[in-house]
Amino acid sequence: MRWLLGKQPAGTAFVTPYVVFLAAVFAYPLGFAVYMSFHDYFFAAPGAIVDRPFVGFENYVTVLSDPAVRRSFLNVGIFLLINVPLTVVLALLLATALNTAIRWRTFFRVSYYVPYVTASVALVGVWLFLFNENGLVNSILGPLAPDPSWLVNSKLAMPTIAVYVTWKQLGFFILLYLAALQNVSKDLYEAASMDGAGKAKSFWNVTVPGVRPATTLVVLLATVTGANLFTEPYLLTGGGGPDGASASPVLIMYQRGIEQGNPDIGAAIGVLLVIGVLLLALLQRRLLERES
Amino acid sequence: MPKAVRFVLLLVGAFVFLFPFYYMLIGSLQTEPDSTVRGAFPSPDNLTGHNYAEINAAINLGRSLLNSGIFTGGVILGTMVFGVLAGYALARLQFRGRGAVFALMLLVQVIPFQLLTIPLYVMIVRGYGLADSYLGMILPFAINSTAVFVFRQYFLQLPQELFDAARVDGAGELTTLVRIAIPLVKPALLTGVLLTFIGPWNEFLWPFLITKQQDLQPLAVSLSNYLTTVAARAANPFGAVLAGACVLAAPAVVLFLVFQRRFISSSLESGVKG
Repeated sequence: MRWLLGKQPAGTAFVTPYVVFLAAVFAYPLGFAVYMSFHDYFFAAPGAIVDRPFVGFENYVTVLSDPAVRRSFLNVGIFLLINVPLTVVLALLLATALNTAIRWRTFFRVSYYVPYVTASVALVGVWLFLFNENGLVNSILGPLAPDPSWLVNSKLAMPTIAVYVTWKQLGFFILLYLAALQNVSKDLYEAASMDGAGKAKSFWNVTVPGVRPATTLVVLLATVTGANLFTEPYLLTGGGGPDGASASPVLIMYQRGIEQGNPDIGAAIGVLLVIGVLLLALLQRRLLERES
Repeated sequence: MPKAVRFVLLLVGAFVFLFPFYYMLIGSLQTEPDSTVRGAFPSPDNLTGHNYAEINAAINLGRSLLNSGIFTGGVILGTMVFGVLAGYALARLQFRGRGAVFALMLLVQVIPFQLLTIPLYVMIVRGYGLADSYLGMILPFAINSTAVFVFRQYFLQLPQELFDAARVDGAGELTTLVRIAIPLVKPALLTGVLLTFIGPWNEFLWPFLITKQQDLQPLAVSLSNYLTTVAARAANPFGAVLAGACVLAAPAVVLFLVFQRRFISSSLESGVKG
């Protein structure tokens, strides 16, 4: 018995619910998604025996030749091009400013973190109010207001969403950088100032390389957030308009897979999206590591 | 950066982060929507609680909040009970397969959830018939691997002598866990509850997918339905939307303000430990 279960067999009992959960909610659906994407899978009455033939890459061909899907992947690219650099620069800048003895430190940390803990659905309500045709932002901008307005403008809808998400998530990334800044050695700053480096130079030569592991993590997490994008395009731009200019892959996955009843197509979009994220993560890692 | 510049930069930042919250509250209390700059500083005679009544009539706030509460409570309960058991076993018990479970826990964290949305929908809604049920809502979030990992870290920090002593006294593993280990990590477990709270409370996509019946929808879902369908025809749609938004935001924001030290330090820790 001891040989079979180890020294403390109670451990097996303790982890069993967790392992069952992982099998049911991760492993099985993961395999099921791949299976569905290679079969002609459709919704049928529970318990009905239906034939769901293997169709090879047919679903993938359908997905890749769908202009709406291609557009959604392009949209997420636009999103990442705006969101990731903005997140990294602003989070590092604000964290550096916060990392000194400064008045109201707790107040600042709290105010930056509040949007992160708040439901996106609630905050989307305010942003709609701020950025609609007659919203506060446009009434401040006056004649400078874009026409068509932010969220109904096919060039500005996705950038506006990218800025919204940056704003909402930034607090979390500021804290990540704050933690990373604790690990940068004070000696390095002293050495830099001995060498006559100014504040800007020591930021560039000491701080930026010092927090590189955190930057890798921030870039990865921001990319995953971008790939998961659904609530914001669905609510801010009325289902991904105008003309699909702000539709995200998850939104298209929902429309094709559930609204239109083609779960096999939806599953194929999901698989492609995950492959895309993995490739992007590998690429980012290569780039960030080569610099160091 | 000189100190003054830094302070001004932080102040501008804080304004950008806090203004939408202020505007949400003001907007929810205004009779007439006023989107000019003057509207941000309302006169007292333009203030009303009517928007709250309107959103309550449209989506039944009490019921939606109850649904959000049951969903969130179920997720917290599952995460705490099963997460603590698994975290404790991984930290403190020698059993066959421990390494494999640990590796699995780390592996799961890199699987993006969006890939699982469609198959989970097919399984839970079509296969098990759990659409419009609390169980179906809770199931995919019932245990959180990040939480298991964090609990494991807490239990690892306890001294081994305590456990040896308990074993000498003949205590069983469950007794040791409940009587000795849990009381010692109680403050840390509160952090676990708080961090688990924001996930389901703010979650939108999953409950949106599986609840079609209005009286089972959590507030985030019913508010979004109001936003996309009713708002266009209501008298002061933004007023009502913002009133709903305030009700949805309040519990998480209040919990955060009360326990902000715990929230922030645990984020810092997870940042350092990866």
